[in-house]
Amino acid sequence: MRRIDLDLPLLWLILPLALVLAPHALALPLWISLSWLVFAVVSLHSAKRKRSWPTWLKMLLSLAGIAGVLLQFGTIIGPQGGVALLVFLSGAKLLETHTARDRLGLLFVGCFLLVAYFLNSQSLAMAGYMVFAAGALIAAMIANTQPMPDLRATLGTTGRLLLQALPLALLLFVLFPRLQGPLWGLPQQNTAQSGLSDRMSPGDFSQITLSNEIAFRVEFATPAPSPSVLYWRGPVLWDFDGRTWQTRLSVPPDPIRAEGVRQPLSYAITLEPHRQRWLFLLGLPRERPPSLPGMESTLGPDLQWLSKNPLNQRLRYQIEADLDYRLDAHGLSAATRARTLALPQGNPQTRTLAAQWASTHGDGQAIVDQALNLFRNEAFFYSLKPPLLGENSVDDFLFVSRRGFCEHYASAFVVLMRAAGIPARVVTGYQGGERNPLGDYWIVRQRDAHAWAEVWLENQGWTRVDPTAAVAPDRVERGLDAALPAGERPAGLMTLNANWLMPLRQSWDLINNQWNQWVLGYNQDRQRQFLARLNPFLATWQGMAWGLAAAGGVLMLALALAVLAIPRMAGKTSDPASRLYNRFCRHLRRAGIVRGEAEGPADFARRAAVLRPDLADSIQQISQLYLGLRYGDSDRANLLELKRLIRRFRFQKPGH
Amino acid sequence: MKLPALPYLPWRQPQLERGPIQLTARRLYILPTRSGLVFALLLLGLLIGAINYGLSLAYLFTFWFAGVAVVAMLHTQRNLSGLRLTAKAGVPVFAGESARLLLEADNPSGLKRLRVDLTHPDGVSEAADIPAGGKADLALNLTVAQRGWHALGRFGIYSTYPLGLFRCWSVLELSDANAMPFGVLIYPKPAPDALPLPTTTGTDPDAATSHTDGDDFTGLRAYQAGDTPRRIAWKAAARSQHLLTKQFSGQRGSTLHLNWSQTPEKDTEARLSRLTRWVLDAHASNLPFALTLPGRNIGMGMGELHLRTCLEALARYGKSDAAN
Repeated sequence: MRRIDLDLPLLWLILPLALVLAPHALALPLWISLSWLVFAVVSLHSAKRKRSWPTWLKMLLSLAGIAGVLLQFGTIIGPQGGVALLVFLSGAKLLETHTARDRLGLLFVGCFLLVAYFLNSQSLAMAGYMVFAAGALIAAMIANTQPMPDLRATLGTTGRLLLQALPLALLLFVLFPRLQGPLWGLPQQNTAQSGLSDRMSPGDFSQITLSNEIAFRVEFATPAPSPSVLYWRGPVLWDFDGRTWQTRLSVPPDPIRAEGVRQPLSYAITLEPHRQRWLFLLGLPRERPPSLPGMESTLGPDLQWLSKNPLNQRLRYQIEADLDYRLDAHGLSAATRARTLALPQGNPQTRTLAAQWASTHGDGQAIVDQALNLFRNEAFFYSLKPPLLGENSVDDFLFVSRRGFCEHYASAFVVLMRAAGIPARVVTGYQGGERNPLGDYWIVRQRDAHAWAEVWLENQGWTRVDPTAAVAPDRVERGLDAALPAGERPAGLMTLNANWLMPLRQSWDLINNQWNQWVLGYNQDRQRQFLARLNPFLATWQGMAWGLAAAGGVLMLALALAVLAIPRMAGKTSDPASRLYNRFCRHLRRAGIVRGEAEGPADFARRAAVLRPDLADSIQQISQLYLGLRYGDSDRANLLELKRLIRRFRFQKPGH
Repeated sequence: MKLPALPYLPWRQPQLERGPIQLTARRLYILPTRSGLVFALLLLGLLIGAINYGLSLAYLFTFWFAGVAVVAMLHTQRNLSGLRLTAKAGVPVFAGESARLLLEADNPSGLKRLRVDLTHPDGVSEAADIPAGGKADLALNLTVAQRGWHALGRFGIYSTYPLGLFRCWSVLELSDANAMPFGVLIYPKPAPDALPLPTTTGTDPDAATSHTDGDDFTGLRAYQAGDTPRRIAWKAAARSQHLLTKQFSGQRGSTLHLNWSQTPEKDTEARLSRLTRWVLDAHASNLPFALTLPGRNIGMGMGELHLRTCLEALARYGKSDAAN
C-alpha cells in the first residue's frame, strides 16, 4: 500500500486554520476562500517536492490580494476588509512557512481570526464550534515545537491546558471591568434588515415572508396582560402618498400630553439588534423618554421612541408603564390635525363611501364602528398572498380584491377615517407573543410584526383600532398561524405549532435567552448588577481590581500546586509496550491463565502455550514482539504490530 | 534554536558543581520568548477589539487564550523541574573536529519530558525527549580549535515546551566525577602532510640502515580519526562504502623513538601536530614506539591504550591543567 506522503508540520498548520476559517468563508467573498484553498493545496504540493517559491511571486500575490480587497470593500482595515485581507494573506503565507516561528506566527493569526469571527455571530452553537477550533490551534502550537508530534499525547496536553485555563478565563470574564461604548467607530453593517420597516406599501409586494427570527424577549415583573392587548408600539406612519405609508417629514413638535389610566406594568425588554433606531413600548411609560443604559433617546408626541444611534448590539431596558392611557384627550394641535387628515388624490369610491358615513353619523365612534362592521360583515379575507393592487390601491382593495393582511386593513381603515374627517394614522410594531413557561418570559418574533390604526376621537384622544381583528379575530387572539386559511399555513415538521416539539423548542429558547442575558449581554450594567448581588464593594472599580488580584492570586497558586506537583513514578508503568503487554496478561487471566509474580514473559509464554495450544502461535508471537520492544530498540512499527496482535488476540479468545 | 548569548545572570557567581544536579524551582528561571511577547500583544489587541465592539465572546476567548498561556508557563517549568543531570565523559577528538559533549538527564518522575535542549554560545545541540522514569543523553556539539582540556564552562539547559511562548532555563557549570570541569579533551590537530617517520635514534644500527623512506604502499586499513585526507584511498572507499586509509611500509621490526627534537618544525604547536601525526601513523602501521616530550617520557609500547596515553600527553603538553 502506498502512503500519501504529506508534509506533517504543514498539515498541522493547515487543518486548524481551515477549522477557524470555515465559518468565515460564508461571510467572505468567494474568491478569497477559493484562493486560500488553492494556497493550501499548492503549499502541500510544493512542500512534498521541497520547492520554494520566488520572493517576487509572493510579493505579487500579496499585492494582488490587497488590491482585490480594496476593490471589494474599499478599505483594507476594519472588521470586513481587514479580516478578508488577513484571511488572504494567511493563505499566501502558507507558501513560505519554513521555520517553527513562521508557523507559530500563522497560528497567532488563526487566534485573531477566531476571535474576529464573533463580529458575525455570537450564537451558542458557534461558541461551541469555536471551542473546538481554539483547541485545534493550541494543539497545533504544541505540535509545532516537535519534529514528530504524537497525536494522542498532543491532544491530551491540549485538553489539559484548555481545562486548566478555564477557571482563569471565567474569573477574568466575570471580574474584568467592562467598559461601556465603543473606543472608535462601530462597523457599518450592511446586513439585510429583517422585520419592521419605516415604510409600508400594501399592494406592492404580494407576499410577505414569515420569519421565526426573534425580535425581542420580554419579562414581566407584574402579571402579564392577555395576548390580545399586547400591542408593542414601534414606528408610527403619518403620511400616505397613495401607495406608501411613511413619516416623510418630522412630526409636529407638540409636547407629550398623556396620562396613564389603568393597569400599571413593569417589564424588561431584551431587544435583538435590528440596526434601526426604533425601540418598542407597551403602554404609556411613566418616565418620558424612558432611560436607556448608556444611550440617548427621544420620545415623540406620537409615542414613537427612537434611540440616537442604530442598535447594533442587543439592548435590555426596563419600563414602568400604564397599559391603558389617554393621549391628546383634550384637543389636537392644528398642525397635527392637518397632517393626520391629509389624503392624496385618487380612490374616489373610498372617498364617496366615507363621505356618506360622515353625513349619516355625527359621532366619530359610530363611523369607526361602521367601518369595522364593513370588514366584519362583508366578504373580507385574511391572507398572506393577496393579489397585487392597481393605481387606486385602496379602492381596489375595498371593492375588488378584499384579501390582505394587517397592512391592507390598517391602510384602508386609516384612509376611510381621514376621508370621513377623523384624524387617523398607522402604527406598526408587534402584536402578541409566545410565552415560554420554562423561563416565564415572552418571545416576540418577526412573524408577530403587525400594523394597526389609531384614530383621534373627541374627549377620548388617540384610540387604537385594529381593523385586522375585525376580519380575523384569531390573528389577535391566537397568533398569525391560526388566522391563516388552511392552505396558507406553513408546511413541514418544523412549524411552530407542532405540539410535540414545543417543550424542546422552548427549552432551546430558554437556554439561548440565558446565554444572551448572561453571557452575551454581560455588559457594564449587568456586571455591576451581578457583582453587587455578591458584594456591593465588588461592583466598584476598586472592588473589581481587588477581587481580580485576590481571586486570581488564589487561583494561580492552586494551579501552580496542581501543575507543578509532578507525578512520581508509581507502580503504574508508562511504557507503551508494557501497558500493551499488561493488557495481554489481563486477557489471559480472564481465560484462566494467570501470570506468576516473578514469572518472566518468556516462561509465561511457554506455560500459556501449553495450556492453550490453540492460541500458542499468537502467544508466542506477542511475547517475542514484547521482549524485542522492551529489551531491544523500541520501534514504532513493532509497537503498532503488537497493538494489532493483542487486539486480534482478544477476539480469538472467546473460544474458551 | 540557538540563543544569541547565554542567559547571563550577573548576580550569580559562577559555581562549579559536581555530581548529579537536580533542577529545582530555585535554579529555574522563566521568561516569555519573543513569540510569547508577540502573543501578549495579540491578546492586548483582541481585548481592545472586544471592548470596542462590546463582544462578550471576544472577551471570553481572549481571556481563555491568556489563561492557556499562563498555564502553559507552569507546564514549561514543570517540563524541566526535577530532572537530574550528570556530566558524562566525552570522547576526545582532534582539534578542529566536532566534539560531542554528553549530559545525562535522568527523569525519575512519571511524566515524560519533551523537547529539552542545551545551549552554549559555541555549541549546537538538538532537543531531546526524556521518557518517564528513564534517561536520555543531551548532546552538545561544538568545534574547538585549541588542544588541551576544553572546559565547557557555563551552559544552559532550557525548554519552551509546550507552546513555545515561554522559555524556562537554568544555567549550570558542571564538573565530572574527577572534579575536572565538564568538558572534553582535544588532541592536537595532526599535521596534514605525511612526512616519513623519523629514523630511529635507537641502539639498533642495522635497523637504522634497513629502513625505507616509508613511501612503499603496503595495504589498506580502516580509516581512523586524524588520518590525513591525502592518504584516504578514495577509489577503494567508493567500492567498500567505508573510508580506507592507505598504509605505507614503515620500519617493520625496528623500534621507533618519536622525539620532540626530531621534528622539522620548530614552533611548539607545529611540533605537537607533527608528533601527533607520527604517533597516529606509527599506531596505524602497528609499530611499537616511544614518545619523548620535554619533561615527559613515555616508554616503548603499542596498542590503543598506548596511543591514547601519547595523544593525551601531547594534548596536555604545556597546559596548566596537565597535572592530571
